Amino acid sequence: MTYTTLEIWTIILLLGVGTYLIRFSFLGLIGNRPMPPIVLKLLRYTPVAVLPGMVAPLVLWPAATGGEPDLARGVAALVAFGVGLATRNTIWAMLGGAVALYTLLFTLG
Amino acid sequence: MAVSTTKSDYWRGVRDGTPFILVLAPFALLFGVVATEAGLTLAETMGFNVLVIAGASQFAAVSLMQENAPILIVLATALAVNLRMAMYSASLVPHLGAAPLWKRAVVAYLNVDQTFASSMVEYERRPAMTWQAKIAYFFGVSTPVFPVWYALGFVGVAVGASIPPALALDFALPIAFIAMTAPLLKTLAHLAAALTSVVVALALAWMPSGLGLLVAAGCAMLVGALVETMQERRA
Repeated sequence: MTYTTLEIWTIILLLGVGTYLIRFSFLGLIGNRPMPPIVLKLLRYTPVAVLPGMVAPLVLWPAATGGEPDLARGVAALVAFGVGLATRNTIWAMLGGAVALYTLLFTLG
Repeated sequence: MAVSTTKSDYWRGVRDGTPFILVLAPFALLFGVVATEAGLTLAETMGFNVLVIAGASQFAAVSLMQENAPILIVLATALAVNLRMAMYSASLVPHLGAAPLWKRAVVAYLNVDQTFASSMVEYERRPAMTWQAKIAYFFGVSTPVFPVWYALGFVGVAVGASIPPALALDFALPIAFIAMTAPLLKTLAHLAAALTSVVVALALAWMPSGLGLLVAAGCAMLVGALVETMQERRA
């Protein structure tokens, strides 16, 4: 890394301000004004529209293995998903995924 | 307004937010480790943790900084990763839009993946909550989450590279996100949206960081709304 201290803090501060403005955007500027029903209908799907797309590449091409698909991580993802669907409980899903991951990592070496 | 009710909403939030410590702990530790290895000082690493508080974008920024990318590229990429939070912000408007500006400003600072996902699940489960109750719940979830994020980021810097790669901390994030999403898939429309998100994001993985995800999320929201509309017509 060859940045000066000033450059590094410039990155941190601008990234901080920019990220805050993104988080504040709709909540701060629109406030209490009613939103059109179609917007509400679209927004209902925000979490299930963003998170799966964010996770899929991380599961298929994990950075830790240099982007090579990895059996332990793939199975752990499937187990977390299956437990989450079956129990509707985030914590059980996380525990299931962690148990699968460590079991496979240590048995496969 | 029943103060005692709001208080119980706050404590329910604390209870629901506490398990996220398990999720954030490895992630915060890992950022401290990675940032230190990349050559950032303790103050700089904590600057990221306190001012940015967006794990995925922090990792993106540090990995580009390791390659000495131009500052503008670092900023554009890291901010693109965070653009999904504009949608989080918009999703909260129907629930928290009536709150005073300063409370909304604080919520904006605390609006991260975990507090958002947890709160939206709660708001959908209890549609009768007032905005006061919803704010109290949101602050409740944030209470255990943020101190742990700061503190373990600090610990991560201290322990440096001594965490063995065998612990596969890298995979804490995907598992956490899957565990948060699976319980949300309660209708055909939700399933269709999630599937669209996965397929489009993978197909557009060649796009610069964050951009393909934005397109995928937009498509997925449209598909979700469309399937819901079709089912309404059929019913």
